[in-house]
Amino acid sequence: MVLFKRDKFFSLKDMNILSVENLSKTYRSGNRELTVLDQVSFEVEQGKTLSIVGPSGSGKTTLLGLCAGLDVASAGSVRMDGKALENMNEDQRAGIRNQLVGFIFQNFQLLQTLTALENVMVPLELKKRKDAKEKAKELLVKVGLGDRLTHYPNQLSGGEQQRVSIARAFANEPKILFADEPTGNLDTETGEMVENLIFKLNEEQGTTLILVTHDLELAAKTHQSLHIKGGKIQEAIHG
Amino acid sequence: MVDWAWSIKMARREFRKTGVKLILFVSAIVTGIAALVAVTSFGDNLSKDIDEQAKELLGADLLLKKNQPIEFPEIEGIASEHALEINFASMVYFPKAGDSRLTQVRALEGDYPFYGTLETIPVNAESDFRSGGKKALVEKTLMAQFDAVVGDFIKVGNVSLEIIGALQKVPGQTGITATVAPAVYIPMDQLEASGLVQYGSRVNYNHYFLFPEPFELQALIDENKELWGEDRVNFDTVQSQKESTGRSFENLSNFLTLVAFIAVLLGCVGVGSAVNVFVKEKLPSVAVLRCLGVKALDIIVVYLVQIFFMGLLGSIIGATAGALLQFLLPIVFSDFLPVEVTVQLAWGAIGMGIVTGVMISILFALIPLLKIRKVSPMMTLRPDDQSTNIGKDPLRLFVLAGIVVFILLFSFFLLGKWDQTLWFTGFVVLSFGALWLLAMGVMKAIRTFLPISLNYPVRQALSNLYRPNNQTVSLLATIGLGTAMIGTLFFIQDQLLDEVRFADKEDQPNMLFFDIQSNQVDSMKTVLEAESLPILQHVPIITMGVSEVNGLNKKENEDLEEEERRSRSFYNREFRVTYRDSLINTEELVEGELIPYTSASDSIFVSMEEGYAERNHMKLGDEIVFNVQGRPLTTYVGSIRKVNFRRVSTNFLVVFPDKVLDNAPKFHVLITKTKDDKASAAIQNTIVRQFPNVSVVNLSMIVETLEDLLGKIGFVIQFMAFFSILTGILVLISSLLISKFQRVRENILLRTIGADRKVLIKINILEYLFLGSLAAGGGLVLSILASFLLSFFVFEIAFTLAWQPLFLVFGLITALTVFLGYVNSLNILKAKTMDILRT
Ligand SMILES: Nc1ncnc2c1ncn2[C@@H]1O[C@H](COP(=O)(O)OP(=O)(O)O)[C@@H](O)[C@H]1O
Ligand SMILES: [Mg+2]
Repeated sequence: MVLFKRDKFFSLKDMNILSVENLSKTYRSGNRELTVLDQVSFEVEQGKTLSIVGPSGSGKTTLLGLCAGLDVASAGSVRMDGKALENMNEDQRAGIRNQLVGFIFQNFQLLQTLTALENVMVPLELKKRKDAKEKAKELLVKVGLGDRLTHYPNQLSGGEQQRVSIARAFANEPKILFADEPTGNLDTETGEMVENLIFKLNEEQGTTLILVTHDLELAAKTHQSLHIKGGKIQEAIHG
Repeated sequence: MVDWAWSIKMARREFRKTGVKLILFVSAIVTGIAALVAVTSFGDNLSKDIDEQAKELLGADLLLKKNQPIEFPEIEGIASEHALEINFASMVYFPKAGDSRLTQVRALEGDYPFYGTLETIPVNAESDFRSGGKKALVEKTLMAQFDAVVGDFIKVGNVSLEIIGALQKVPGQTGITATVAPAVYIPMDQLEASGLVQYGSRVNYNHYFLFPEPFELQALIDENKELWGEDRVNFDTVQSQKESTGRSFENLSNFLTLVAFIAVLLGCVGVGSAVNVFVKEKLPSVAVLRCLGVKALDIIVVYLVQIFFMGLLGSIIGATAGALLQFLLPIVFSDFLPVEVTVQLAWGAIGMGIVTGVMISILFALIPLLKIRKVSPMMTLRPDDQSTNIGKDPLRLFVLAGIVVFILLFSFFLLGKWDQTLWFTGFVVLSFGALWLLAMGVMKAIRTFLPISLNYPVRQALSNLYRPNNQTVSLLATIGLGTAMIGTLFFIQDQLLDEVRFADKEDQPNMLFFDIQSNQVDSMKTVLEAESLPILQHVPIITMGVSEVNGLNKKENEDLEEEERRSRSFYNREFRVTYRDSLINTEELVEGELIPYTSASDSIFVSMEEGYAERNHMKLGDEIVFNVQGRPLTTYVGSIRKVNFRRVSTNFLVVFPDKVLDNAPKFHVLITKTKDDKASAAIQNTIVRQFPNVSVVNLSMIVETLEDLLGKIGFVIQFMAFFSILTGILVLISSLLISKFQRVRENILLRTIGADRKVLIKINILEYLFLGSLAAGGGLVLSILASFLLSFFVFEIAFTLAWQPLFLVFGLITALTVFLGYVNSLNILKAKTMDILRT
């Protein structure tokens, strides 16, 4: 068992895009407290890939949400690109997400009212990129959907939707990409295609990838692997 | 910082897909805005027309009036025209119909009106009339009532006159005044012969003047004002007539605007609740956008921009409809209007309507939109988790406060008085609040107590009322408030009519003869007794004025400080008093006692009516010197009486003791009770033929007149209430359509677990039965409360519940709701399973 523990003094000048320290999350319902994450710590270097594996209900999604700044931890800290997320408000975190983060979801999460092209354009437009349309088109061509630009999500199959969402995730050239079981809703064949696409783009852009999965084969393809169970890290494999 | 460029771009994209839905939302405000624009346009045009037609309202430059004969030789000297109208109430007998009615007889001499005309059919009747002779012009409503035609004869007092024309329009007269006191014009040279101007008749002498241009009317008035005051001469000018007419119509149009404003508010509740459902459906997308790094405010702006444009569209459609609708209003209000209303686009009103519509749809949409602020981006990762959903936002309170402030300002803008504004806003807020509480209470009760043993469709229908995204609150509020308005209208109308009819049931007098001369009393009594009618009351009446109060005459009173001064009208009033040593059954002593007058050395103690004493600050022991036909009579206030004015009886502000006024000139009133309307008509005709100067008021005529009057007012109010109902229906329809997706999903789910078509329809109908009856019931409770308050404080009558309209309104509203729900359920059953997989 290897734990990545360093002094704070050190971490200030390290190359880690993400460092998580003693992260805990507790839910309170009534007077019962449920600890979903318990003192989790790890670090990821810029450009590396990390998989989080574990059984259903072990806290993977919770951890991913906290790392990406979607939720607030009960204790501990998350630093992304050197900035502590816990000291920011929701809108500041939103700003960070737009600048640094991309997402791929299990159920695609495309905006139903926008076409494939427009979905991909959103993060580019938020960054005020003049070439939003060209860039989005280019990405959609890259994921093999050059002929479906003006289709709405409900006119696309699951695999196609996920490819649009991959294009969207890579559109703003994120430093770090979070994916929560991206193949969970797809059949094996389509799932593999999507996986390959993610890894391919990841390599091209030098993005850091944090991938939640319960597919151990997939996990084996990443540089690091965290196995969690009951909210605790069981094993951290440094590949 | 709002990223406007991005938000607007997103709004435009969103709109392609969701626009249709949003149009539906704002359709709810269309009717309200239409009503608002129509009513304010109409009000604007009306006040403009009153301005322009002010001269025709009065028909002259100056009117001087007094209830005794008087001449103005000096003014006649300066005036280019002078006309005299002597008017009084009298019975007019229609021989052909064999029936008579109390009317306002106007004896005319001179070319009045100088502005405008007496419009008659046939047209030449006016000039014919002015040539004098045994001719009369009769108000058209009166002619219709007795089936009279031109060429028939009428009897006015002792003379028989030929009807030479039907009066269509008289200066300053409206349909309402014609209903209450229809006019008959007779030439002045016939007045003497009619024998109607006798002691005690209430006669007005109206002198109309026209002055050559240019003329300084104000200078003339300033010069004579004091003199006229002393002589108890009232004056009216074009200006004062314009102002008083304008004032009364401003009140009317403000009232109507408020009713329209309520319709707008109802529509906005609809908008708010529709946007609420819309936003709930949008929450996943919102979470995605949050994930992608969009600020909450930017997302809110995306929807606000859409709602702004839809609100604008709805308001423009509404304003257009309103501008067209105002062509109808002069017809609806024709009975109330003294001027001819021109219909014109009133841009101010249209602008105000549009601004109001947009403002208020944004304000109401903001409440649900604020939820966006609280959406956690975690929802993208755990879409089914309800607990990551939204908490309460303190900003909600700000928006709610904003709405209340808007209502306050808007109603203040209309009413111009804070107390009325507060009442109105209070009423609106309370009603909404009450219906909201009702909805919440019902939902909570169902959730807590819904018995599992209930038959399945009933249980499902009840639980549908609190399904996620339910619109129970908004439907209860809109349908409920609409019902409340209509209910209140019905109740009050019924109440007022009942109050009058009541007198008939309770063995109360129902017929009253007045203007009886002293020498006619005995023969009148004989006639009544011959018909075996009881003489319930015989009341002598003496007219007098006040010359001093507590040692101060009118002049000295005027010189006092404002706070100490008594109202001028107290000195100017012509008191009609009677004398007796006992109270009658409509009176009750509240202070002091009735002190009889036994010998010439006694002081005279009079009894005063409570309200009048209060208004004029009179108390026990105050000294009043009356002027009885030029003779001063010193009296003291010896008692205060409470009088029930709502019975058919003669009521007096001042009652003298017996014996004091035995020898004063007087006239008499006799009161009797007939078996039925037929007997009333018979005795009325007998009396009118034998005693033409005697006026008759019978209860059935009062009831008829009141019914007529309330019918006319009721029509206007129903017309306005119609907008609220229409809004309610639109809100209902739009909310049904908006929740369709959810219902389709529910129904398919139910179908898959084995519910058949019949059960599904049953569930739907039951759900709307509950909703409709709850809303109607809640609204009716509110309307009962409102009617009670109105009866008690405004009309001052006892409140009784009218069950018939209650059930009628309840049944109709519930049936309408169920019907719409049923139609919708057929629609839903048509939807295919595919629909939910593909949205
Ligand atoms: N809002 C919440 N309130 C209470 N418990 C929660 C909440 N969200 C998640 N949990 C619980 O936290 C645990 C971890 O959930 P999650 O991170 O989604 O697991 P995984 O993604 O590994 O399947 C689960 O037991 C889940 O029930
Ligand atoms: Mg998960």
